[in-house]
Amino acid sequence: MAKQKLKRVDLIFSKDCTCKDILAVALKRPKEEIVKDLIDSGLKGRGGAGFPTGLKWKMAMEEKSNKKYVICNADEGEPGTFKDREILDRVGLKVLGGMALASYVTGAREGFIYLRSEYKFLIPKLENLLEKFHVWMDEFDLDFKVNLFIGGGAYVCGEETSLIESMEGKRGEPRNKPPYPTNQGYLGKPTVVNNVETLVYALMIMYIGSEKFKSMGFEGSTGSKLFSVSGDTPKAGIYELELGMTLEQFVKEFGDGDAKAVQVGGASGFCVPRKRFKETHIGYQGGLEGFSLPTGGSMMIFNSSRSMYNVLHNYLDFFEEESCGQCTPCRVGCQQLLKGVEAVKRGEKSQKYLDDLLRLSDTMKLTAKCGLGQSVANSFSSIVENFREEMIY
Amino acid sequence: MAEKMIKLTIDGKVISVPEGTTLFEAAKLEKVKIPTLCYHQDLCVAGNCRVCVVEVEGWRVLPAACATPAMEGMVVFTNSPKVRRARKDVLALLVSEHSTQCTTCYRSTNCELQELAAEYNIDNEIYLNLLKDKTFTVDDSSWAIEKDETKCIRCQRCVRTCAELQKVNALDVIKKGADMKIATFFDTVMSDVVCTNCGQCINRCPTGALTERRYIDEIWEAIGDPNKHVAVQTAPAVRVALGEMLGYEPGVRVTGKMAAALKHLGFDSVLDTDFSADLTIMEEGHELIDRLKRKLVDGEDVALPMFTSCSPGWIKFIEHAYPDYLDHLSTCKSPQQMFGALLKTYYADKKKIDPKSIVSVSVMPCSAKKYEAKRIEMNDSGMQDVDYVMTTRELGHMIRQSGVNFKELKDGNFDKFMGDSTGAAVIFGATGGVMEAALRTAYEVLTGREVPFDGLKITPVRGMEGIREASIKLENVLPDFSFLEGIEVKVAIAHGLTNAAQIMDNLVIGESPYHFVEVMACPGGCIGGGGQPIPTNAEIRKARAAAIYDEDEKKVLRKSHENPDVQRIYKDFLGKPLGHKSHELLHTKYTRRERV
Repeated sequence: MAKQKLKRVDLIFSKDCTCKDILAVALKRPKEEIVKDLIDSGLKGRGGAGFPTGLKWKMAMEEKSNKKYVICNADEGEPGTFKDREILDRVGLKVLGGMALASYVTGAREGFIYLRSEYKFLIPKLENLLEKFHVWMDEFDLDFKVNLFIGGGAYVCGEETSLIESMEGKRGEPRNKPPYPTNQGYLGKPTVVNNVETLVYALMIMYIGSEKFKSMGFEGSTGSKLFSVSGDTPKAGIYELELGMTLEQFVKEFGDGDAKAVQVGGASGFCVPRKRFKETHIGYQGGLEGFSLPTGGSMMIFNSSRSMYNVLHNYLDFFEEESCGQCTPCRVGCQQLLKGVEAVKRGEKSQKYLDDLLRLSDTMKLTAKCGLGQSVANSFSSIVENFREEMIY
Repeated sequence: MAEKMIKLTIDGKVISVPEGTTLFEAAKLEKVKIPTLCYHQDLCVAGNCRVCVVEVEGWRVLPAACATPAMEGMVVFTNSPKVRRARKDVLALLVSEHSTQCTTCYRSTNCELQELAAEYNIDNEIYLNLLKDKTFTVDDSSWAIEKDETKCIRCQRCVRTCAELQKVNALDVIKKGADMKIATFFDTVMSDVVCTNCGQCINRCPTGALTERRYIDEIWEAIGDPNKHVAVQTAPAVRVALGEMLGYEPGVRVTGKMAAALKHLGFDSVLDTDFSADLTIMEEGHELIDRLKRKLVDGEDVALPMFTSCSPGWIKFIEHAYPDYLDHLSTCKSPQQMFGALLKTYYADKKKIDPKSIVSVSVMPCSAKKYEAKRIEMNDSGMQDVDYVMTTRELGHMIRQSGVNFKELKDGNFDKFMGDSTGAAVIFGATGGVMEAALRTAYEVLTGREVPFDGLKITPVRGMEGIREASIKLENVLPDFSFLEGIEVKVAIAHGLTNAAQIMDNLVIGESPYHFVEVMACPGGCIGGGGQPIPTNAEIRKARAAAIYDEDEKKVLRKSHENPDVQRIYKDFLGKPLGHKSHELLHTKYTRRERV
């Protein structure tokens, strides 16, 4: 159940440990133990999809292959998130430490940081860190080398199989799953793809222990996470908070006193209206039905001066352009939703057309090829359901 | 080792399938049809159209049946309300982005989107028409292939065809989101890109987005002009596929009906490309022997292996991709172009017709032939040798337009002088056929004996393997060819340009053991050509090939050198193979082209 108070946490950026010391201890432990710790901790992917990290590593560990890869997904492209940039900028070594841990567990000898092209300014800094890191690897006798790979700027490449396709020099488009990357990933080899933040938490769990981590948050959504707070807030920025808070608690802390909605999880996430702040928790379990919402960290607050039509239009405009275009529901569906809300607003289509579009958004969620395609209609359905009158008048 | 079996339930029925079977394949085994658009038997699975979605108990989403492997204990519904609703929506979305001018579409009634839209009653415009805000164009710059973006559903079958089967990559995906479309490199017009015009993309396009450039109206006009003598030649592979346009199952030969129908359409001369196929064998066979002699006896630096040159898609491919190896190509023109050059010279003379009044039409299983006919080299009669090339499909349309009841037609015959054919010419239409025909003649020329294969069936060169090899030992050769005594002639056959590229890559690294290689641009050879009826798949191509070999077996004459019209033309006009006249009319040269 939800905790009573919104609690700040200081793990990601904490300075009371060094990455090297944590690794020195962890890399001496049996890898099965590390995996067990991660599974026990309940850590789930912090990129937004929420796949159990320990399980992912275990699957890659158990694959027999002459080559394996670890990829750090730093293609932070979801509108409203900017936490990975901050992590790489401030505690890049911890990210590398998490990668070293993954390498040790899975047997991968090569790793990549897939860096969003807009984050090119981080390259010199990361290159410096890598130099230092590779010396450590020699000291630890761990055969592991990390390279930088700079993305081309497509939103969809944050999806792990598109990311891999683009690394292979192909068009960034999602693959059919199965096979999953842990089975056949980069160049057809078992590959672990983790979000920047996830890797840091994996490392930090080695430091604080799985019990301590698990004591935060709630069942199924343990631990803490970084939130990128933006929109109508006097405190825009990055905050590490314990999972399980309600939106009411969140808005009390970060809102400007006039919040009418919070978009949880970016453009592909859900919009929660004020009347549901109290009952909505932030965490991985369930969707809107369970009143708990997952997020990659993006929290956008809108106050009463905002037109939710404009907010939605902005998201749909984004997806109409950023859908990879491969599958029908996402490519054509996004265009239909965008043109559809415009037509209703202009009065060219009756307001009943919104119901047709809501059914279409269901189809999109059910039939799109990748996780992103399945979620592009989330903002549409949650905004139209909650702010229908703003779409019409 | 026994295959691992997976047990699952499809629509209430428990079945077992081998591990790795997709849900689509499993349903097919149960005779349940799941609709598809991006799926094609010849290509890798894309899973992007999402029409084949099914419901799986316990799954949050509806997976694509084509891309989802059967898993133990799965409970699958292929036709639940949820599935139907989703499919209908996906189809409606595709239709909203598609030019629905079916009445003016060449592929109408032969369109997979139209068929599914009807099946799922996409009978009203639920969603907005997206097409009107787009700047889509129709590219008719190419002599062979038309590309209409307003009809494209982005299934990427053409892209996969061009990459996987042909290794050409003329078509690819560009841009993303709403702007995503299928285009050429830098969105250049089709006439200016590295395209072999093979038309395999057309054969696999589910809609009318890719079609051949059509000449039906021009041909009707010519036929109706009393001052023109309109002569038509028909390629070997047309007769085993035309029936599919006119209500027959694949694999039914309609040679006689086709000849009768062409006369009914009003062609003044109905002739057979088989004649010039036999002629090609005479010229090409002697060219091979000549090359071997120059190499072995005269010690000349002669390019070997020699490659066949009948397939214009292959010619354009090698000109672009391997321009340093053009001397390996036989200098023989393709049967179509030999025929064209002779029609306006030899035939005109025989029939006392003014060559200028002749309109030379060919019916080909091929779209690349349209390009070939317009190459500047192909004017040896003093004018364009072949005026209009139409595909098997276009002929099917013309026959339908003419109102003739094709199925009721009595068999007709080809006209004299350039109408005789042998079984050797007929098999040109199947992969390995040119090789077999050449061996039948060359072996006999060299040894005075028939090829040592039962019933002249040179089975090692037949079949559908992408690359096939064979060898034949020359023993007790005739005195003139003693330099070949004991030589084992090594040959290879490749069909599909990806296979051709493999042969070429081996040649480039100096590892090509062959003397003679047959290459056909299209999978299956001409029977699978880019101008053949749609759909195509391995089964259909096999049925057409079987019909071809059947015609060969039923022929009285089965060796090119026995063709009476061929014997006559050498006596009356050409003199001998590789003679002066032959070089003037029947041989050609090739052009180095850029890779981009």
